[in-house]
Amino acid sequence: MTRASHDQTHTISVLVDNESGVLARVIGLFSGRGYNIDSLTVGVVDHDRGLSRINVVTTGTPMVIEQIKAQLDRLVPVHRVTDLTVQGPHVAREMAVVKVISTGENRVEGLRIAEAFRARVVDTHVGSFVFELTGAIDKIDAFIELMRPLGLAEVSRTGIAAIMRGAATI
Amino acid sequence: MPPEKPPSGADTLLRALKDQGVEVIFGYPGGAVLPIYDALFQQNAIRHILVRHEQAAVHAAEGYARSTGRVGVVLVTSGPGATNAVTGLVDALMDSIPVVCLTGQVPTHLIGNDAFQEADTTGITRPATKHNYLVKRGADLARVVHDAFYVARSGRPGPVVVDLPKDILIGPAPYAPPSDAPHRSYRPTTEPDPAAIARAVDVLAAAKRPIIYAGGGVINSGPEAAALLTEFVHLTGFPCTNTLMGLGACPASDPAFLGMLGMHGTYEANLAMHGADVMFNIGARFDDRVTGRLNAFSPGSIKIHADIDPSNINKNVAVEIPIVGDAARVLRALLAEWRRRPAAPDRAALTAWWRQIDQWRARDSLRFTQKHAPGAIIKPQYAVQRLYEICRDSGRDTFISTEVGQHQMWAAQYFKFEKPNRWMTSGGLGTMGYGLPAAMGVQIAHPDALVIDIAGEASILMNIQEMGTLAQYRLPVKIFILNNEYMGMVRQWQELLHGSRYSESYSSALPDFVKLAESFHATGLRAKTVDELDDVIHRMLAIDGPVIADIAVDQKENCFPMIPSGAAHNEMILGPEHAGSAAAVTDEGLMLV
Repeated sequence: MTRASHDQTHTISVLVDNESGVLARVIGLFSGRGYNIDSLTVGVVDHDRGLSRINVVTTGTPMVIEQIKAQLDRLVPVHRVTDLTVQGPHVAREMAVVKVISTGENRVEGLRIAEAFRARVVDTHVGSFVFELTGAIDKIDAFIELMRPLGLAEVSRTGIAAIMRGAATI
Repeated sequence: MPPEKPPSGADTLLRALKDQGVEVIFGYPGGAVLPIYDALFQQNAIRHILVRHEQAAVHAAEGYARSTGRVGVVLVTSGPGATNAVTGLVDALMDSIPVVCLTGQVPTHLIGNDAFQEADTTGITRPATKHNYLVKRGADLARVVHDAFYVARSGRPGPVVVDLPKDILIGPAPYAPPSDAPHRSYRPTTEPDPAAIARAVDVLAAAKRPIIYAGGGVINSGPEAAALLTEFVHLTGFPCTNTLMGLGACPASDPAFLGMLGMHGTYEANLAMHGADVMFNIGARFDDRVTGRLNAFSPGSIKIHADIDPSNINKNVAVEIPIVGDAARVLRALLAEWRRRPAAPDRAALTAWWRQIDQWRARDSLRFTQKHAPGAIIKPQYAVQRLYEICRDSGRDTFISTEVGQHQMWAAQYFKFEKPNRWMTSGGLGTMGYGLPAAMGVQIAHPDALVIDIAGEASILMNIQEMGTLAQYRLPVKIFILNNEYMGMVRQWQELLHGSRYSESYSSALPDFVKLAESFHATGLRAKTVDELDDVIHRMLAIDGPVIADIAVDQKENCFPMIPSGAAHNEMILGPEHAGSAAAVTDEGLMLV
């Protein structure tokens, strides 16, 4: 067997105990072993059982991706590691809030693009807008690029929440 | 009657330790753990061994654990107590040794305030442990302690830290016994997949040039795993090599045993790995000290890798047949499947393979020349060989620990281990100063056994303060120093890789080890020439107390055979006894450690 060298991007969901330090363990694992984190989100998903879900998007060779999953799985507070990219079709959505400072022509153009992207205006001032936008990572990337010449001032993104399509669960 | 007062955290802690079967703790007191020391004072079930430095407490617990198969226990105070323990914890992590380390912590209301002797112990030890806990409520204490022992010994063993704020130790903490319920998240696979076992037997039975490569996982699995390994070796007729961590898994005297493999392994072990068509790795992790250059490592073999830790599989070396499971269970399943068929390997091919291996063996890669004229200088290899022979002839159960460096490799090469759990060495981390405290832990667990730390004069000074512990507890540990007045392995690399520029590797201003021993209430002995060696070893073994034997050895001697960094197994250097063997170190190799 030879080492495949081409990089792949994978979305991995990790079900963990909602306890202090668990996120530090996951992040420390990635930094300590030199793995990439493209995006990482965490939130409580089951209060009764005390479970949180971490969604991490990472890039590496197939051997590294397998290592990442095995390393995550051996952490004591980790219940389950699921590679959504391998499991099949899944949706991965991110939210962004984007501040655009502009007047006149640019302001009108910004609003028009926002409508096309189904971005909502959540704050309006005479000289600025804040848009809220949800969607796939590349959609948000595209929106930000379009806003750049129109007075893009600030961006805040959540990182992705991901889930399998259909009736399948992790 | 008034309701019974709930026990204090310290009382509950000790009760939990007792229920976990703990008999010995290695520790050092301090402000944050005074409540535990007060509780220890008022009981007799658990013995406390007072070390002289917290790093040594962890190594002692490692020695105890490795020689018994039980969890070693450490107790240190907050702040510097915990930070001093970190090297030991990483050592135990790298070598998969089960240790529970209890650390004191400032009271919960002071955490984060930069209080006196406060350190972020869970933060610092997170990458240094298998898992760690900070106990914030008395109600959690008993459960966490039981959990810590479970995690330390289950799956691939490792060190676990339990950080204990002082108010938790003083305040009420109701006791709860260990639970039989499965762990809520950590349930490692120990039973191998029968389909993987069947595929492994398919490949093994068809092998023409097989090799069995066994590591510390076999030792960790327990003595039964070593016996099963030997049974499998005999049943198949396959050659077997052990890693540094696996020495003793296959008896050294077994004709099928090729010796240790890797950077300072034997010629026959490394060439058999290189030429094999089927490799069966059980409980080893393809460490860089074993593989040499990865893209030239055992290039033609189908690889079967059995490991209890799935993250070890396909980490450094891609394998065709992964088996996740405990070594003993894997071997039992393989033996059963082999006999059920029964498998019929190609005996003609195996005979040819053994003929080839015997030719490699005939090179006698560990050969050295010792001059025996009176006054002749002692070769370090000869010192270890004589130590081994005299120990063997004494008939005593002998345990060997080492420090790190040339002497460690000579010990691995020339001391022969027939049984598991007799060999304690810092393999993964390579911690100088490991051997003396580890030997202490072994001697505590085996009071009547012969326990010897094979040391170098540089390494031994890194935890020399533990001579005080030997004296206090009358531990008859023997320290056998191969004294070449150099950090020998550093000197060797400087000679081979850095143009003999011996930068800072000379052991200047050494103490007089005989007087040093005497000042610590031990006996000091010295051998300067070969005619004095046997007498010193015999006297050392005869003394019922701690001994330092300072053996002056050839300063120029290098450790061979050697696979230079970045080289392949078939590019070994065989040393001055063997003409015409040399591999150049590449620029790439120079960057490796």
